[in-house]
Amino acid sequence: MTVFNLPDVGEGLTEADIASWKVQVGDTVEVNQIFVEIETAKSLVELPCPFAGVVTELHAAEGDTVLVDHPLISIDQEGNAEPPTGVPEPVEALNTAAPQASEEPGPLVGSGPTADSSVRRARTSRPAPSAAGSRTAAVRTSGAALADSITRRAQSLGTVVREEVDRRKPAVANFVDRVLAKPPVRRLAKELGIDINDVVGTGTQGEITRDDVNSYQAQREAEHAAAPTYWAHGQLSDARVERTPVRGVRKATAKAMVDSAFTAPHVSIFVDVDASRTMEYVQRLKKSRDFEGIKVSPLLVLARAVIWAAARNPSVNASWVETENGAEIHQKRFMNLGIAAATPRGLLVPNIKDAQNLNMKELAIALNDLATTARAGKTRPEDMRDGSLSITNIGALGIDTGTPIINPGEVAIVAFGTIRQKPWVVDGEVVPRWITTLGGSFDHRVVDGDLSARFMADVASILQEPAMLLD
Amino acid sequence: MTRAATQATESDLIQILTPDGQRHSHETYDAYLGDVDDQMLRGFYRDMALTRRFDQEATALQRQGQLCLWVPLRGQEAAQIGSGRATRPNDYIFPTYREHGVALTRDVSFSEMLRLFRGISGGGWDPRENNFHMYTMVLAAQMPHAAGYAMALNMEQHGWDEERRAAEGNAVVAYFGDGSSTEGETHESMVFASSFEAPVVYFCQNNQWAISVPFEVQSKVPLVKRAAGYGMPGIRVDGNDVLAVLAVTRWALEHARSGKGPVLIEAVTYRLGAHTTADDPTKYRMSEEEKQWALKDPLIRLETYLRDNNLVDDAFFEQLAEDADAMAAKVREDAMAFPVPPLAKSFEQVYAEAHPLIKEELAWHLEYEAGFADAAEGEQ
Repeated sequence: MTVFNLPDVGEGLTEADIASWKVQVGDTVEVNQIFVEIETAKSLVELPCPFAGVVTELHAAEGDTVLVDHPLISIDQEGNAEPPTGVPEPVEALNTAAPQASEEPGPLVGSGPTADSSVRRARTSRPAPSAAGSRTAAVRTSGAALADSITRRAQSLGTVVREEVDRRKPAVANFVDRVLAKPPVRRLAKELGIDINDVVGTGTQGEITRDDVNSYQAQREAEHAAAPTYWAHGQLSDARVERTPVRGVRKATAKAMVDSAFTAPHVSIFVDVDASRTMEYVQRLKKSRDFEGIKVSPLLVLARAVIWAAARNPSVNASWVETENGAEIHQKRFMNLGIAAATPRGLLVPNIKDAQNLNMKELAIALNDLATTARAGKTRPEDMRDGSLSITNIGALGIDTGTPIINPGEVAIVAFGTIRQKPWVVDGEVVPRWITTLGGSFDHRVVDGDLSARFMADVASILQEPAMLLD
Repeated sequence: MTRAATQATESDLIQILTPDGQRHSHETYDAYLGDVDDQMLRGFYRDMALTRRFDQEATALQRQGQLCLWVPLRGQEAAQIGSGRATRPNDYIFPTYREHGVALTRDVSFSEMLRLFRGISGGGWDPRENNFHMYTMVLAAQMPHAAGYAMALNMEQHGWDEERRAAEGNAVVAYFGDGSSTEGETHESMVFASSFEAPVVYFCQNNQWAISVPFEVQSKVPLVKRAAGYGMPGIRVDGNDVLAVLAVTRWALEHARSGKGPVLIEAVTYRLGAHTTADDPTKYRMSEEEKQWALKDPLIRLETYLRDNNLVDDAFFEQLAEDADAMAAKVREDAMAFPVPPLAKSFEQVYAEAHPLIKEELAWHLEYEAGFADAAEGEQ
C-alpha cells in the first residue's frame, strides 16, 4: 500500500483544503486520473493520481485542511485492498486558523497570502552557527532559508524571510514617526475617505500597501453590504435565528459585564460640553511640527482631561476588593488608562500603563499604538490587565452618549459622545458651537454622587478650556 | 480598451491554414513552403502532439510533487514547432522558460529538461550540443544575450559575401513573450541588434496574457508595429498556424543570415492553460475567451487539414497516442530516477574558481545542515 502525501502545488505553499474527492475508498484509479480537487491559498487545483491501484483510504474529509507532506490518499498498488477504514479522520488543530481566512480574492500570483502555519525541521539543542563576521549575516539568513527550502521544499522560505523582515521592522519604525506608505497608496486611501493611520500595514517594512487599503475598504464595504439582504435571509431559509456559540472574547465580555453590572451598583451621570476650544486645540496640534505624523483627535484631550481630573478626585481611580477581612477600597496612585476598542476579536479594553507619566505627545503615540495593535487583533492579555479607569469612545460611531458599564476591577468609566455643531447660547445669543456629551458610570459603593459629579465637571472643564491643562 | 487590436482577424495577419483547416496560398510565403510534403506535415502534427503530451505529463508530475514548478505551453505548439523547424542546426536559440516545443525540434531530451523544474539543476542540458540555450527564468534576460551572440556572429562572418552567408551563415532566434516585450532588456537588445545589423530573429509568442496582465495593458498597438521604431521588418503571423509560422520564420532567418539585420515576428497565439502551475487563470480571465481560442487550437486545424486531404488515417493517430504515452511514461520514469545532488554542490557553481566568501558560506551551510535533529526525532 502506498501513501501519497499532499505536495506543494504552488510555490512555497504549506497547506491546502480538500474541495472535493473524485474517488471513493474501493475505487480503482489509473496513473494521472484526477482523484481530488484541492484549494490552496492560490488556486483550485485538480490532483492527478501518481499510482494505479485501489483506493484504501482518504486521509481527510472535504473541507479539511491538510498540511503539505501529510497523507492525502492511500492506494493499494497490488489491488489487494484492505477493508475500508471508514470515516476519514479530520485533521485537527488547523481549523483554528479559520478566523483569519478571508472571502476576499487575494493577489493572483507570486505575492499570494503566506500560509503561516509552516512546519519547521526540528533543530538540535546546540546553538545556531555563530554570527561571527556579521558582514554576511543577511546573506546567511537567506542562504539558510534557501537550504531549508530546497531540502524540504514545502517549507517556509517565505516564513524565514518574513521573520527577517519582522526583526527589521522596529528599526525602521524608529526612524520614521509616521506610517509608511507610498504616495499613490496615500492618495488611494484619501480618495476612499480612509484615514491611513487606521490601516494596518503588511508590507515588508511594515508599510501600508495598496492591498492593505483595498482590504480595509473591502471590510468596510462588506460590513455595510450585508445590510440590505439581512432580513431577506430570514425569509428564504429556515434559519430565522442565527445561532453563534458564545466563545472567546464575546464570552469574556459577557461575563465581565454581568459581573460588573450585578456586583457594582452603577450610577450614571451625563453632561453636555462645549468642546469648541478642544477642537481648535486639536487643529493646532495637528499643524504643529512636533506632532507631525502623529494622529491627534479629541480623544487625546479627553484622555488627558480624565487623568487630570482623576488626580483631583482620586477615589474614581480605585478598585473594590473583597478580602478575607472584608472589603477594601484600593485607591491607585497610577493611571492605567483603558480605552475600549472594537476589534476583529470583539470588544477589548487594553490600557495605557502609567498614563499619568506621559506628556501630550507621548500619550498621543500611546493611543495610536493601542488602537493599531487592537485593530490588528494583536492585543496581548497583559495589555488588558490592571486597568484603573476606562474611556469608551462611542462618539467615533456617531453616538451622542450612552450608559457605559464599568470595566470589572475598576470603579469608573467615561463615555465620550460624538462632537457635532449645535446651536448653543453664548452671552444670550444662539451660535453654532462644537458640542459633545460626556457620560460617566461609577460604582456607588466607592464613588458617591457628589464626587462623581465633581469628577465629571472637571473633565468637562478641560474639554471646554484645554488651556487649563497647563496649570 | 479593446482586444480588437490583438485579434487574429486582422488583414495583416499572415495565415496559411485557417482555424477550420483550409489551406490558403500566399503570394510571398508559399515560396518558403515548397519542400513541405505530406511526410513533413504529419511530422509537424507529431511534434505538436508529443509536445502537448509531454506538457501534460510534466503538469501531472508537478501536481504529484515531483516537480517544483511547471510552465505549461498548451495552445502554443504551432508557434514553437513551426519556428523551431525553420532553424538550422547551427543557428543558436535563446528560449524563455516555455519553449518545450522548440526544444523538441532541437533534439533536447524531454526528460533532461525536467532536471531544472525538479530543482536539482540550474540547467539540465548542454546548450552547446543542440545550440539551444538554457532556459531563462528571469524575464527578458536572454534578449541582450541574443543580441550579443548575434553581434559576435557578425564578427565571425565578417567579409563573407552574400552567397556564403546564405549557405553557411548562422543566425540567432530570441524567443520572448508579450510580457517580456515590456522589459527594458528587450528594447536595448533590439536597438543594438538593429544598429549593428546583427542576425537575430526576435520571435514573440504573444499569448495574450503576461500572467494576469492582458496584452492591451502591455501595448496600445500590435507589437509588430514596434519593429518600425527599431528600423527592422516586422511580421505578424497566426501563431496557431504551423505552416505560416514556418514560412515567416524561414523568411526572417534568411533575411537575418544574409546580413540585413534583425527581424521581429509577432506570433499571435494563446496560452490555453495557466501561466505556471502556481497560477489560476480563472481568477483573471473569462471562460468565454478561453472557449473562443480553443476553437483556434493549432492541433485541431492541422488534424482537420490532414484528414480532409486523406493524408492520415485513424491508425496514424492511434499509433501517435501510443508513442506519446510511452514517451510520457519514459519521462516520468527518468524524472523520478534523477540523482539529487547535495546542496553543497551548488557552492561550487557560483564562481569558476574558489572564492573566499563562497567558501565561508559553504562552511556555514554545512554547519547549519548538521544542526538538525534526526528526522525521527524531528517528527512530532
